[in-house]
Order: sequence, then C-alpha cells, then structure tokens
Amino acid sequence: MPPTPSDPSFSGQLLTFVVAGEEFGVDILRVQEIRGWSRPMPLPNTASYIKGVINIRGDIVPIADLRERLGLAPVEIGPTTVIVVVRVEHAGQGRTMGFVVDAMSDVSTVSRDAVKDPPELAEATGVARMARGIALVEERMITILDVDRVFPIPNSSLGLDAAA
Amino acid sequence: MNDATFTALLATFFEESFEGLDRAEAGLLQLDTAGSPEIIGDLFRAIHSIKGGSGAFGIDEVTGLAHVMENLLDDIRSGRACTAEMSAALLSGVDHLRRSLDARQARRPVDTAGHAPVIARIVAARGAPSAPGAPKPAPAPVAAPAAPAAETWRIRFAPHAHLMRSGNDPVRILDHLASFGASVETVDRSKLPPLGELDPTACYLAWELRVPGTVARADLDDAFAWVEGECDLVIERDADIVVEVEEASPVSAPAALAPAAAGPPAPAVERREGISTLRVGVDKIDLLMNMVGELVITQSMLGELEDDRPLDADRVARLREGLGLLARTTRALQESVVRLRSTPVSTVFARLPRIVHDVGRRLGKDIAITISGESTELDRTVLEKLGDPLVHLVRNSIDHGIEDAETRLAAGKPAQGTISLHAEHRGSAVVIGISDDGRGLDLPKILAKAKAKGLVAADAELTPDEIAALIFAPGFSTAEVVSEVSGRGVGMDVVMRHIKELRGEVSVTSEPGKGTRTLLSLPLTLAIIDGQLVRLADQAYVVPLLAIRETVELRQFKQRRFGAHAVIRLRDEIVPVVDLGALLGIEGDHAGDDRLLMIVEAEGQPMGLIVDELLAQQQVVIKSLETNFGKVDGLAGATILGDGRVAFILDIAALHRDVRRQGRSASPDAGTDQAA
Repeated sequence: MPPTPSDPSFSGQLLTFVVAGEEFGVDILRVQEIRGWSRPMPLPNTASYIKGVINIRGDIVPIADLRERLGLAPVEIGPTTVIVVVRVEHAGQGRTMGFVVDAMSDVSTVSRDAVKDPPELAEATGVARMARGIALVEERMITILDVDRVFPIPNSSLGLDAAA
Repeated sequence: MNDATFTALLATFFEESFEGLDRAEAGLLQLDTAGSPEIIGDLFRAIHSIKGGSGAFGIDEVTGLAHVMENLLDDIRSGRACTAEMSAALLSGVDHLRRSLDARQARRPVDTAGHAPVIARIVAARGAPSAPGAPKPAPAPVAAPAAPAAETWRIRFAPHAHLMRSGNDPVRILDHLASFGASVETVDRSKLPPLGELDPTACYLAWELRVPGTVARADLDDAFAWVEGECDLVIERDADIVVEVEEASPVSAPAALAPAAAGPPAPAVERREGISTLRVGVDKIDLLMNMVGELVITQSMLGELEDDRPLDADRVARLREGLGLLARTTRALQESVVRLRSTPVSTVFARLPRIVHDVGRRLGKDIAITISGESTELDRTVLEKLGDPLVHLVRNSIDHGIEDAETRLAAGKPAQGTISLHAEHRGSAVVIGISDDGRGLDLPKILAKAKAKGLVAADAELTPDEIAALIFAPGFSTAEVVSEVSGRGVGMDVVMRHIKELRGEVSVTSEPGKGTRTLLSLPLTLAIIDGQLVRLADQAYVVPLLAIRETVELRQFKQRRFGAHAVIRLRDEIVPVVDLGALLGIEGDHAGDDRLLMIVEAEGQPMGLIVDELLAQQQVVIKSLETNFGKVDGLAGATILGDGRVAFILDIAALHRDVRRQGRSASPDAGTDQAA
C-alpha cells in the first residue's frame, strides 16, 4: 500500500530521475510504467505545464512537464527523455497521469532517518509544496516528490490552474 | 436427427418464438387503438408459428394455449370486432406462452396448471364477446429446483395489498431474484379470499424464498428497493439468523399475486440471465463477416509473397497494397466490434408502452405514449441499468401525474393523457426525457412534507425547481405511498441513486396543471457518436456529425467585420466565422487559400468553423477526459483513432457559448487574431 499523502515521512524505495540536473524521486509503489517519449496531443484551455494527452493501451493519460511544474524552462526533448506514468490519488479517486523527465537515474532504498524535512525557503515555495522531504543517499540529495501534489486534481471543473 | 441438430433447432425455435411473442405483444397493444388487417395478420402468423413449432417439439402446453389463441385471432382476422376483453385475454395468453417457453428453455419445471384458466378465459372471450374478464386463480410461481447450499438467504416477502397499484409487480421481483438462483420454498395462499370477493388489483400472496448465500446482501436489498415500505420483508441468513424487519406494521391483507389478467408481468426478455446474451442486428454480423472475409483474402494475398524470391518493384507494390488493405480492414473490424456493444435505447423503451397500457388500464386512465429519438445509441451496460428507473418514472407519471378523464376534461385538457419519451445526444451527454401532461407536482405539499421531515429548514425559501428536486432526497417518500393526494416521487431517491451509479444526473421540472418533465442525463463515457474528422495544422479533431450543417469553401465568401467578429452571408443568414485553430490555441500554419468553413449549429444558431481539411467520417468511441484529468472547456471528450493517436471531440455547444460570451473570432486573412 502506498503511504497516504498526508504522511510526511517516507521510507521505502524511490524511483529517481533527473530534471534540470537535479535528482528527484517518487515512491516506486506509485509508478505504473516508464515509457519512451512520444509526442502528446496538446490539450486546449489547460495549464501550460500540461503537455497534452497520450494513448496508453486505450487509456487517455494526461502528461505534465515536470520542469515547467517546478518553475523551470520547458523541457527539451532529447534521446534520454522519458515519461514516468504514476498513479495519483485524490479524495479516494485514483487517476493515471504521466510526467516528462530528462533522464531516469536509479532505484534507491531510503530509511526514515535519511529523509530530512524540506527547508523553508521563500524562493522555493513551488518545490516545497510538492516535496515530502529530501533524502540523503550516500553523497546525493534526492528531493522526494509527492505525486498527489505534483498533480493536484481540481474539485472544480476548471483544469489544474486553480490548484496550482 | 442427431442430438446436436435437435438442440440447435430447439434453440432456433425459442429464439423465433420469443421474437414472435414480442411482435404479438406489440401488435395486441396496437389492436386497442387501430387494428389494421396487417397487424392482425402478423399476430396470427406469430402465434401460428409458435403453435406449429411447439407441436413439433412436443411442448404440449404451449401448443394447447397457442391453439385457442389462434382460433380467437382467426375470428378477428375474418372481421370480428376485437373487444378489450379479447385483447386482454390474448395478452395474458402471450404472457403465459412466454413464461412456459422461458421455463422450457431454462429447463425449469413448467407450470402447466396456470394455463387452464387462461385457456378458459380466451375461450370465454371468443364465445361471449362482451363478457367481463373473470378473475382467475393466481398462477403458482414457477419453482426452480432448490439449490441446497450450506448457507443460504431466507427471504419472506409479503407485499401489501396495494403493491401493484403503485405500478410494481411481484413477478418482476421474483424473476429478478431467480436470476440470482433464488427458489421459491413456499407460497402462502392463506390470505386468498373466495373468488367472488377477489380484487384483481390486490396482492394476496406471500412468498418464502431461498437464495444462495453467495449473493451479496446489497443485491437482495436492491431487488426490493422499489417496493420498500410497500411490503413486509424479512431477509435473514440461515446460519446466523439475523432478523431484520423492514416494516413491522400489521398488514391487513398481505400478499398475493393478482391474476395475470390484471397484472401480467412486464416483458422480462432481457432478464433471461445466466450467460448474458446480446441480440445483434443481422446487418452488423454481416458486416463483421464481410470484414473477416476480406482479412482472409488479404492474408492469402500476402501469403503469396512469402517465399525466397527477391522483392522486385512489382512484389513491393503488392506488399504495400496488402498492408494497406490489412490496416483498413483491421480498423473497420475494430469499429464494428465496438458497435456490437452499443444498442439503441429503443430496446429499453420497447417495454414501456406495455406498462403504460397495463397500469393505465388498471387505474382506469386512457394514456397514449409517444416515443422519439429511440435510435440514439448507448452502451449496453448503461442501458441495462436504465430499465428499472425508466419504468419507475413512467409508472409514477401514470399513477400520480396523469389525472382521470373527468378531471382532465374539467381542466380543459383532452381526456387522453400523454406520456412522451425522448432520447438525444446533447453536448457530452445522452439525455432522456420523460414528460407527462398531467397535473404536475404539488410543490406546496412537497415543501411542507420536506419541512415536516426536517429535510429543509422550516424557514427556508426555495425556488420551484429546488422544491421539485426535494423529491429525490433520500427518505423523502417512504410513507404515504400510494395515496393519490400525496405529492409525487415514490422511490425517486432510488431512481436518483441508480442514475448516479451510472454517473448521470436527474432533474425535474414541473408546471402546475400542465405536467412534469424528468430529464435523465447520462454521460457519454461509453457512448458512440458519428463524427467528422477534421484537420487543423497537423492535428485531427472530431466534430459530432449531428452538429454539422454543411461545409463550404472559405474563399468563396466575402467576410466583413462586425465588431470583433468576422461574419459572412450564407444565403439568407449571417454566420459568424470562427478560426477554430486559434480558438483552441493550436500552433501551426493556418494560412492557405483552400481552407474550409464548416457550418455547425448549436442551440439553433449557425456558426462557421475554419478548418484546414476534412478527413474521414467515422464512428468514434468517446473516452472521457475526466477519468484521468478533468473537464476541459470546449471538449466533449477524446477518442483513439485507428492509428492509435488521440483525437479530441469538440463540444460544439460549449464552443458556441464561448464565442458568444467572449467575442472570440478571427479572420485569418486580416491577420487579427483575438483568440490567441
């Protein structure tokens, strides 16, 4: 069972990846698959970080650009660009969504002790809202993202802007 | 004849007989109003073939009953006037034939005793045309072989005497339970009065049933959801004896299925469960066959290339041709298979005229039913769950909506009441409307009752629509079940729950003295529409075909500005021109002399959408964007094209609203792009 979003601490296995040179990780139990890049069909009238939707075995799955979500320049598609498809849960309802990352990195096991609370920094609120903590693994620092907060699911019908 | 052939023939016989019975039933209902020689001829033939077939298979009780029905029909065919009693007797004959055949097909024991009174009734109707329908003893329910399970549900079901007057029918419930493997243990006939005192519209019987323990409690509760408060119900487990009495009030005259003459069961064709089957039009199957035929041809064509000879230009061309053919056929095959699952709503509408006829007659009301839009297609699973709520709404209209003839005449309305059913695609939903021209909802009474029950605050001020919506509130109407003066809405909360389960919505509007209209809005999640694929830059979009009026060449029209809009004159109409690509924020080269203007219609008003090219016209399966995302303005959903790409389906009504509200319109050659 994946931990509930409200659980601030984390221990277990992280799927880690690189976005703009930094290492991030998500709970591996939420990951459904990793796919090579395929161009999404752009969705009109939605937040710009939603790149569009793709067809995964008959399912229409929205794809977000994690770089844009983190306030960085939009992703540039390269040979290592992949889409990570995750299960997002919100108010008991599960959805399948994907996000684009620059490259895959690793699978790391982290213990509870190795996870530190995200620092409170005024200039980092965007990331801080989505982070569950920072894992210290050997010499690396991995920002653990809470997929439910990366993809806030709106209660309203107005797309993701309101929650972003 | 070997066994397999016999079984196959028998299966065909059943299939044809059920079809014949459906036809006969429809014909009998028309006979009431307009009996043309064709209808009577068709009726006669239907019953005649059943008689012949059953004789050949040695199903004697069916042959006997069909024989007397045939005699009566023969009289009518040769010019004898058909009385109401005759058609009622024949209808009950149809019901008995269906039940017998049903039992035979399921290899259940057949209730032959029940046939004698029906035969007697038909013979009597033939002998004395004006004789009133004599009530007959209730037929014993068909008992399925008991499945002795270690742990079973034990159900005691004792309908109140007035259960059928609210439009319910115990036979339907028992049929439903039979689909879970329920068997009738005992039938309590103790309340059955002497024949002379028997009220044919009252229930006198009670049943003890046994249902296998594997059935979920919720399913059982669901089976009785429509009659809650109108029966004494005890559901308990044999092992743990948890007794639950839903309503313990002493009942004066519990139980009993009235004679089938008064309350024949609603046609239960779809309920022949077990392995769920699907009736598919022969044309759809023929189409499938054709495509499989083409696949075989393509395969052999490609197979010829499977040797070691080098691929020269000729062989490459043939390979290409074969692959193209293969791609096309596969796509078509995929579409056809998807189509198999969707069924026109007429399949659920079909059982409603009978209910209007029967319940109306029982209440002494003359009611006509009109049906439109019945070819609208919905996914089969949605349709199956739509049946009960629809039946309930229609019954409600008959019971509480339509007044009796005197009241109607006094109110200046025609004596005959009308119930209308309508289905259509609207935006991203299929909307089914049930309207009647009856007395409408008694809003003050509903409000008073809701306040008394504490559903709304005592000092609340509500709009008429809000008051009307109160009838869907859970717990609004469990008491006061069938009194004519109660507002409306018996079991409307159950309707609401069922529609909500289908992710649909229910709304009701009412005008005092004019009637009530209930709208069921069902999502298109699985619905299928005919779509026109259009190209915008390098993307494909789907425009619902129903919304399209015509498509014209843009360059043939002179555009003029009207405020921020560009408009053209199309014959006698002024049509706003909207650059669809700009409206949807599609990047790409929109210039070009050969662009097309697709004239669509929303809310009766035309709108011109500029598109780059028209692609194929095809049926598309609508996939909701809300499953994994949320609602997106202007899109009714998405679909997956034959090549696996995603294409969005435009919500023309929403785009139209958008354009009108925001004045977003652009002229491509003027280069003014307000939409961006």
